[in-house]
Amino acid sequence: MSDMAAESNTPAELPRAKTDWLPLVLIPALALLALPFVGSPSTWVTLTVAGLAMGMMIFLMASGLTLVFGLMDIINFGHGVFISLGAYATLLVLGPLAGWAQADSLGLNLALLLLCILAAMLVTGLVGAVFERVIVRPVYGSHLKQILVTMGGLIVTEQLIHAIWGASPIPIPLPQSLRGAFVFGDIVMERYRVVAVVIGIAVFLGMELLLNRTRIGLLIRAGVENPEMVEALGYRIRRLFVSVFIAGSALAGLGGVMWAFYRQTLTAGMGMEVMVLVFIVIIIGGLGSITGCFVGSLLVALVANYVGFIEPKLALISNILVMALVLIWRPQGLFPVARR
Amino acid sequence: MTSSPALPFDETRRQGGFLSAVLSSDLPRSRVLSVVLLAILLVLATTPFVFSGSQPIGTAAKICVFIVLVASYDLLLGYSGIVSFAHTMFFGIGGYGIAIALERLGPTWGSAAIGLVAALALSAVLAVAIGLLSLRVRAIFFSMITLAVASAAAVLASQLSSLTGGEDGLSFQLPQALRPAFRLLSEPLFGTAVNGRLLAYYLVFFVSLLVFLTLLRIVNSPFGRVLQAIRENEFRAEALGYRVVAYRTAASVISALAATIAGALMALWLRYNGPDTTLSFSIMVDILLMVVIGGMGTMYGAVIGAALFVLAQSYLQVLMEAGSSALAGLPLLPNLIHPDRWLLWLGALFVISVYAFPGGIVGRLRRAVP
Repeated sequence: MSDMAAESNTPAELPRAKTDWLPLVLIPALALLALPFVGSPSTWVTLTVAGLAMGMMIFLMASGLTLVFGLMDIINFGHGVFISLGAYATLLVLGPLAGWAQADSLGLNLALLLLCILAAMLVTGLVGAVFERVIVRPVYGSHLKQILVTMGGLIVTEQLIHAIWGASPIPIPLPQSLRGAFVFGDIVMERYRVVAVVIGIAVFLGMELLLNRTRIGLLIRAGVENPEMVEALGYRIRRLFVSVFIAGSALAGLGGVMWAFYRQTLTAGMGMEVMVLVFIVIIIGGLGSITGCFVGSLLVALVANYVGFIEPKLALISNILVMALVLIWRPQGLFPVARR
Repeated sequence: MTSSPALPFDETRRQGGFLSAVLSSDLPRSRVLSVVLLAILLVLATTPFVFSGSQPIGTAAKICVFIVLVASYDLLLGYSGIVSFAHTMFFGIGGYGIAIALERLGPTWGSAAIGLVAALALSAVLAVAIGLLSLRVRAIFFSMITLAVASAAAVLASQLSSLTGGEDGLSFQLPQALRPAFRLLSEPLFGTAVNGRLLAYYLVFFVSLLVFLTLLRIVNSPFGRVLQAIRENEFRAEALGYRVVAYRTAASVISALAATIAGALMALWLRYNGPDTTLSFSIMVDILLMVVIGGMGTMYGAVIGAALFVLAQSYLQVLMEAGSSALAGLPLLPNLIHPDRWLLWLGALFVISVYAFPGGIVGRLRRAVP
């Protein structure tokens, strides 16, 4: 069984062991296509790196949602509030350790960022566990009720954030050494974006490894394919469900931290604002597919960046256009997940 | 999704009578509900004469508009089982249609009509496009795609400032007969001046009533039954030969048209339209709360939900203010019942509604003593 799993890279399509390369080629092709329109190569590199970083942040925020959907068939409209919650959780670390943010040492600053991420993942993981138990569990199987009830959870949790941390926006400064940009000739790369790209790639590779090379991953993929069968083989699918939901929430928290430092302001609605992008991304990627989510994030962010540079007026609806085009090409998204 | 099924068609039809005809044979079927509905109707019909000042009449007009808006949303959510997040987009189109036409073409009835017709046409085209693109795949695609489209519409409205006035919105003049300075009768009637403002209120009231009754008629028509059948079991309805995509698209078009009318009424009443009054996502959340708390799949739920919600919006905060100051010394508690946190409690009520009484308040009342 594990041999079979090792051969297939896309989670849901056991019979077809070959990787679907076409969507993966899309990103470099798009980047190359944009080059002549942008004109100067240095601007192009700047735009591409900025777009990749943006895409990574979107991926971090979206990956949890698509993971939860893939395994549990739960569509969590309250996912956005976990992004906000993760962002606010940084305050727990930034409060006591304010000195670390001021220190002009890269090590200390990165450690602070790491601590923020840990705190955020812990908080959102815990709240995720409660959310799963109280909000989601009674409505397994009914999409309509899931949408409604998770919207309700979103409203309540967002209001609780207001009640605990106050309703006014809170500024959070980037740690000292992550500000500014690297400059190579004409090419400008913001430092923080480079950090975001590194973290995004690390999380993506980590998830792919976990899903494709470990026993847990095997079970999760089996659960996506056929939950009853996994249960019949003696695994507690419920426990798997809960841990995946917690992991998904924690990933949202991680994304929330990165997004918060990027925006440098905290508002309770910040998660919901970005949810539109998140939904577009997971629709483009194919609901439930991590690889699709990754490709979709990069695609959307890069297109937004290029279009924003070439034809600013069009940038407002570029996301929708990308989504429409992808859905016309592949109605189930780039990497359709077989079941359902 | 289950909700209390309506009585079979013929059984009630035979009872006949004027009331039954007006209400499309879909009577409230609960004594308490009938009394509450009647009370709401009476209060809304007499507000300008009974209450003085501009706040009550403003609240009443808002309730009228929201009843239409929520009822049209219920056609989608409650009767067809589709969750759309683009309903505010159609609401906004109606508002902007009136606002742009009256501002550009001058304050006449003709330009209001042009604006309304243009808005209705645009809404219909958009609803068909969204429906055909996304309803054929899966219902949750529709939710997510409408969310994306609605946010794009909101961005578009705030960016095309030469046409829509951007974030500031548009203020405009109403036709002569609806202006406060206009007097229909020289003498006050029951102590209230019969001016343009009063006429505007009754325009809102009667159009709302008419659209509501039309919607009630639609959901109780054979067409409405098919929608409910699709909601209950899509596969079976398809197997019976109903074209699910066509029916769902038609439902979303009808719902979009009614929302457009509601938006037009809102703009007429406020003499203003902007992103915050008709397009914002928070209004979408409000509509969801109203439908679910009032009762999904029962048109009367829209009336109860809208009335309750708008009243809570205006008056619950006063209550919470008092509670909050009473608990001033304690930690966190005063924050939880701070007047700005009223949505917290309605949100909790919303979640409980979805679990405990899926039929909302109306479903609850109908299940109690008839």
